[in-house]
Amino acid sequence: MQIHMQEAASLAQASGVSSLAWLVIALPLAGAAILLLGGRRTNAWGHYLAVLMAVGSFVVGVLLLTDMLGKPVADRGVIIPLWDWIAVAGFHVPVALQLDQLSISFVLLITGVGSLIHIYSLGYMEHDPDRRRFFAYLNFFFAAMLTLVLADNYLLLYVGWEGVGLASYLLIGFWQYKPSAATAAKKAFIANRVGDVGLSLAVMLMFAVIGSVTFEGVAKAAPAVSEHWLTLIGLALLLAACGKSAQFPLQSWLLDAMEGPTPVSALIHAATMVTAGVYLIARSHAIFDLAPNARLAVVIIGGITLMMGAVIGTAKDDIKKALAGSTMSQIGYMVLGAGLGPVGYVFALFHLITHGFFKAGMFLGAGSVMHGMHDNVNMRRYGALRTSMVVTYATFGLGYLAILGIPPFAGFWSKDEIIKAAFGQNTFVGLVTLIGAAVTAFYMTRLMAMTFFGTARWEDGVHPHESPATMTVPMVILAFGSVFGGMALVFVGNIQSWLEPVVGFQETTTAPSSAVLMPTTILLVLVGAWIGFRKYAMQAVPVEAPANVSWATVAARKDLYGDAFNETVLMRPGQWLTRTLVYLDRRVVDGAVNGTAGLVGVLASALRRIQNGFARSYALTMLIGAAILVAVAMLVRMS
Amino acid sequence: MSMNAYVTLSAVLFSIGAIGVLTRRNAIVAFMSVEMMLNAANLAFVAFAKVNGDLTGQVVAFFVMVVAAAEVVVGLAIIMTIFRSRHSASIDDANLLKY
Repeated sequence: MQIHMQEAASLAQASGVSSLAWLVIALPLAGAAILLLGGRRTNAWGHYLAVLMAVGSFVVGVLLLTDMLGKPVADRGVIIPLWDWIAVAGFHVPVALQLDQLSISFVLLITGVGSLIHIYSLGYMEHDPDRRRFFAYLNFFFAAMLTLVLADNYLLLYVGWEGVGLASYLLIGFWQYKPSAATAAKKAFIANRVGDVGLSLAVMLMFAVIGSVTFEGVAKAAPAVSEHWLTLIGLALLLAACGKSAQFPLQSWLLDAMEGPTPVSALIHAATMVTAGVYLIARSHAIFDLAPNARLAVVIIGGITLMMGAVIGTAKDDIKKALAGSTMSQIGYMVLGAGLGPVGYVFALFHLITHGFFKAGMFLGAGSVMHGMHDNVNMRRYGALRTSMVVTYATFGLGYLAILGIPPFAGFWSKDEIIKAAFGQNTFVGLVTLIGAAVTAFYMTRLMAMTFFGTARWEDGVHPHESPATMTVPMVILAFGSVFGGMALVFVGNIQSWLEPVVGFQETTTAPSSAVLMPTTILLVLVGAWIGFRKYAMQAVPVEAPANVSWATVAARKDLYGDAFNETVLMRPGQWLTRTLVYLDRRVVDGAVNGTAGLVGVLASALRRIQNGFARSYALTMLIGAAILVAVAMLVRMS
Repeated sequence: MSMNAYVTLSAVLFSIGAIGVLTRRNAIVAFMSVEMMLNAANLAFVAFAKVNGDLTGQVVAFFVMVVAAAEVVVGLAIIMTIFRSRHSASIDDANLLKY
């Protein structure tokens, strides 16, 4: 098997425009610091500053991209050293940024979609008393996420990784007076923590086995390392990805994370942060290329999550939770694609970018709908909104066509390639992605139909209205991305040759031809959509969720028992373990110490009786003692 | 006289003293028994000094006498004080210092 891996001999140091890459991180970080430290004084203008910083970061990103486009392909990856972080004998960790085709793609996705969501939040959070804090956290998330994707080593990536986890926690629990939000924030944090153990294990293993934690150093040294270690590192990285990207078995936090404000769900829990796991796997391709078993595990996890997310999405009545199930499912596609190796990395990242556009757009649309419906998220109380919310309907509809994979919308270009690559790997994996696409069509049609079609089932006193321009303009721009993003990246951006120097690319040779696969996929998608449309748009939707439903629906409504799984597999054994440890501590450790003391006490009070106060008994003791001494002395002398 | 006689006499005296200390309750008698043991030791010292032609044993005997005299002074004073306060010279009665 020939893998196209053009590992540059050594990445050059940055000069010129690219040495300004630190500004991308510094601007939002400064924004967050000013807003958080400035306190109430910044209330009046703080949100504008945050938007300015986000847009500024995007502008720097665009400058970096134009600079990169002006260079020959071999010189596009550069290192921007900032300062030494850890420098001891034999181990050196710099704080340095790696700017290449992969990281600039993420920078533009994060800052582009992020800036739009900042602007959208101006409208969405207009009346929130804690608006300044919200924007400060958003800017902080920006800085952390950009650190994550720009880091040139795993330790600095870890800093960003933890930073986005913290930002996610703060923003899910933004309305912390709601107990459900506070619990959801904690749940997300803890689930992420389990994944973080994987990342820290991976970093430690790299240090112990490879001796380097920079991407470049690891990639160079990996071929010399035995496959067992690489598989182990790969599995640890997969655990990290599972936590951050809500993959099975750590997926349950993502649905609860919808307690956060909708712009947060769009930015963090759809477009950017949850895709960090895919970035991590693609960035670690040097390890995964050489560890086929770890790749297989990635494919399996991706496939399971893909189906789970899709099934959960079919049963949720909460519009945001249905979208969250869809996010899980789509990230499952990306993880599966990344697990396919060089045939899939590019398409996983491609799907990540297109998904960032259409899913963020749909979340913003959902926020707009909620805005018009008095923050009601129950789709059973929506219906017929296409006339009263025209812009939301149109933008959401374009995102819908994109996620379904209808040509020529964005999702078609990326998802189709993943399905093709999956068939190249294994027919079963391919069928999973194909069925997933059909189920996606069904639940997205259900969501679309329940919200915008059918009859109005609004609660009393609700008069839906279109949202203000600050909210609709970002939705329109993201809808443009949903329509043209895929085409632009394929025909103008040429995504395959763009990313190939970083992650490698190999044309799949074993897949059935597109001429067969593409019509089949589209046919299945249309069938799924037709079933959904018939059931939810042409028939009446009951206002109350039907109670007597099949076991599958019950399971899907309960997130496929994700919480029960956590409880039995993680929480109960954990509690049992701690209780046993406490018992052991009390009984065994403390028991040994206390037992020794008690024994000495008992012995001492027995020996004390010898001190009876009678001088003659002391005299007898002395005499016997002396006699023994003399006898011993004589015996020794005689022998 | 042979050496054996001195050593035997010393041993007998020591044993009588020891038995006296262990069996008699009267403090004065116990005291006298202790003196007898000391003098048994003195006898042995002096006898061996004579046999070995070495003065060290005799010097030690003098030391023992001096220490015994001092002991008698302190000991008798204690016995007298106890007798005054308790009207008893039995050592078994003075048994308050115990566990």
